[in-house]
Amino acid sequence: MTYEVTVEGRKYTVELARTDGQWTCKLDGRAVPLDAVLARRDVVSMIIDGAAYEVKREQSATDLHIWVKSVRYQTEVRDPRSLRSRRAAAAGADGPQRLVAPMPGKVVRILARESDEIEAGKGVIIVEAMKMQNEVKAGRKGTVQKIFVTEGASVNAGDVLAIVE
Amino acid sequence: MFKKILVANRGEIAVRILRALREMNVQSVAVYSDVDRAALHVRKADEAYHIGPAEAQQSYLNVSKIIETARLCGAEAIHPGYGFLSENPMFAKACADAGIKFIGPPAEAMERMGSKTRARQRMRAAGVPLVPGSAEALRSLEEAFVVADEVGYPIMLKAAAGGGGKGMRLVRSRVELESAFEQTRSEAERAFGDAQTYIEKYIERPRHIEMQIMADEHGNVVWLGERECTVQRRHQKVLEEAPSPIVDAEMRARMGEVAVRVAKSAGYTNAGTVEFLCDEDRNFYFLEMNTRLQVEHPVTEIVTGLDLVHLQIRIAAGEPLPFKQEDVRIRGHAIECRIYAEDPDNSFFPSPGKITLLLAPSGPGIRRDSGMYEGWTVPIEYDPLLAKLIGYGTNREQAIERLMRALTEYFVGGIKTNISLFRRILSNPEFRAGQLDTGFLDRLLNSGANLSEIDETGAAIAAIAAGVFTVLDPTTAVAGPPVSGNGLLQSVKERPSSNWKQSSRTEALR
Repeated sequence: MTYEVTVEGRKYTVELARTDGQWTCKLDGRAVPLDAVLARRDVVSMIIDGAAYEVKREQSATDLHIWVKSVRYQTEVRDPRSLRSRRAAAAGADGPQRLVAPMPGKVVRILARESDEIEAGKGVIIVEAMKMQNEVKAGRKGTVQKIFVTEGASVNAGDVLAIVE
Repeated sequence: MFKKILVANRGEIAVRILRALREMNVQSVAVYSDVDRAALHVRKADEAYHIGPAEAQQSYLNVSKIIETARLCGAEAIHPGYGFLSENPMFAKACADAGIKFIGPPAEAMERMGSKTRARQRMRAAGVPLVPGSAEALRSLEEAFVVADEVGYPIMLKAAAGGGGKGMRLVRSRVELESAFEQTRSEAERAFGDAQTYIEKYIERPRHIEMQIMADEHGNVVWLGERECTVQRRHQKVLEEAPSPIVDAEMRARMGEVAVRVAKSAGYTNAGTVEFLCDEDRNFYFLEMNTRLQVEHPVTEIVTGLDLVHLQIRIAAGEPLPFKQEDVRIRGHAIECRIYAEDPDNSFFPSPGKITLLLAPSGPGIRRDSGMYEGWTVPIEYDPLLAKLIGYGTNREQAIERLMRALTEYFVGGIKTNISLFRRILSNPEFRAGQLDTGFLDRLLNSGANLSEIDETGAAIAAIAAGVFTVLDPTTAVAGPPVSGNGLLQSVKERPSSNWKQSSRTEALR
C-alpha cells in the first residue's frame, strides 16, 4: 500500500506491506528496516534499525497529529486510491480576516462595533471559558465589517465571531 | 472520628480528599453538577448526590443546597477542598449553624484572614513585616490615585477577596490605573461577589515563598516548611517546590516563626498557608494567608512525610497535633507541575474537550494527583487544572530528572495541555540553578526558546507511523461511543473507514 503523507508541510511517500508479521517499508523509495506493533488504540511501538519509538496518534474532526518523542507533528495521510481522504484547501491568507473563537466558551464582552476602525492587535471580542477571559484580537489593522455574536452567546471552537477587512 | 464526610468540591482535589477518607475508613460523599455526573470524583466516592446545574453559583457554590445534602445523607463534616466555598466564612458559619463540622478554620479566623485588607491591618498591629500599600479597601478611583502616588509605581491592584492569581493586576504607570481599577473591581465582583480592591507596592524581581502551618483546636500551632511558588504565569502558580532553593534552616525557622505568629494572632485552626514575597536580599514580607488546603500541598507532604488531609480531618475531629515542632524534619526535594487544559502554543487558551488517549507516568519518585480519565470530557465551566504531577528525590537534581522522565511518559490526547511547558522550565539553566523570580516564566516564554523541537528524523518517523496507523488501526479516533461530561452517550456518527469494512459488516449481518 502506498500513502502520500504530509508532515509539517513536507511530503513523503510511504510504501508499506506486511506479510507473516514482517514489514517491508520504503520511505521516498528508500528501504527502511521496520518493525511495528499496535500497543493499543492510538499507540504504536516501532523499531527502526534498532531504534525504538513509542508513537501516539491524535485525531480530531479537522486534524491528525502524530507524536514522536513528545513532539507533535501536524500530519495528513492520503491514500491516493481513496477519494475520502482528500480535503478542501483552507482559505487564503489575504482578504478579510475571520476572527474565530479559540475555544468553546461564552462571549462576555464585545469591544468594537461594526464599521469601527481598529488597530492590529486590538481586542474585538472577549470570550470566557474555565474562569479565564481571553481577548480575540485583530491580526492586522482594518475595519470591523460584521460581528456575528452578541454578549452572552455560547460559542464553539472555530466559530467565526467577526470579520475585519 | 467522623463516620461520614461530604467533599464539597470537584476535580483532582475532590479525588485526593476522597482517597484520604477511604484510607481513614470514613464514609465519603461526593457532590456533582449537571456536567460532572461522569467526573472522576463521583466514581471514587461511597455516595454521590446531584446538587444543581453546571454554573458553579448554583451548584458548587450553593451553600444551602450543599448543607441540605450533607444533612440528608448524615454527613457529620464537610471538607471544602480549595477554591469554591473553601474560604467563605458564610459557608463555615452555615455549617456550624447546621451542626456540621467545617474542616478548616473557624469562620471568625477566616474573616480575619480571608479579606486581604483586614489581614494586613491585623498583621501590621502584630508587627509582621508587610509590603507597603493600602491597608484598607479603596473607596474610589480618586483614592486609588492618591495611594498609588504615595506608594510609587509600579503597583499591584488586588481584589480583597481574591486568591490563586485571580483578581490582581500590575499597573506600571498612572495612565493605566483607571482601566485596571475598573477591570479588577468588575472581575472581583463576578468571581468572588466582592468588588473591594486595594493597592500594594510592586517589588521588582520578587520570589513568592509560602509557609505551611497546621494548628489544632488545643492551641498548638506548628510550621511544616516552605514552598517556593515563584514560577508563575499571569500570577497563577504553575510549578512549586519544597524546599525553596534559597531558604536555609535559619531562614526557614524565622519564616516559620512569623507564620505561627500570624496564625495565632488570628485564632487560626486547621491547615493554613502564609504567603510571603521575598526580595533579592532575602527579606520576606507578609502577603496574605490562605485559609485552606493549597493546591501545592503534596510537595510539603513528601518532604515532611506527613499527610496534610489526614491531619486536617483529625484536627477537625478534635484530636491534638500528634507531633511537636522539633519533630518536623525536611527530607529530600519535591517539585509539582500543574497540568492544565490549556494550549501553550496558542497563548494558553483553555482547551476543554474529550480526552481520547491518556498515558500516565509512574515509577520511582513520582506522585500523580489527577481528576481526569481517558474518555472523559473536560467541561468548559470550571478551572482548567486537570492533574498535578509531582517528582521527588534525594535532592533537587534528582527530583528534576525524575520529573523530566515522567513528563516524557505523560501523554494526554484529544485536548491541549501544558505538559510540554514543564520540559522547557525544568531544562532551563536559570531554573536548574535555582535563580528565580516571578518574571522568570514570562521571560522564558518570550525568549524565543519557543523554538519548535520538530526535526527531520522525527518528521520521517511520523510519516512512517502515520502509514502504520492507517494499516493497523484504520478506525477513526472515536472507537467507543464518547462519554460527555454528564455521562450521556452521544450518538456516534457512522463513519466506516472503507467500503470494504462496510460491506464486510453488511455480510456479517446476514
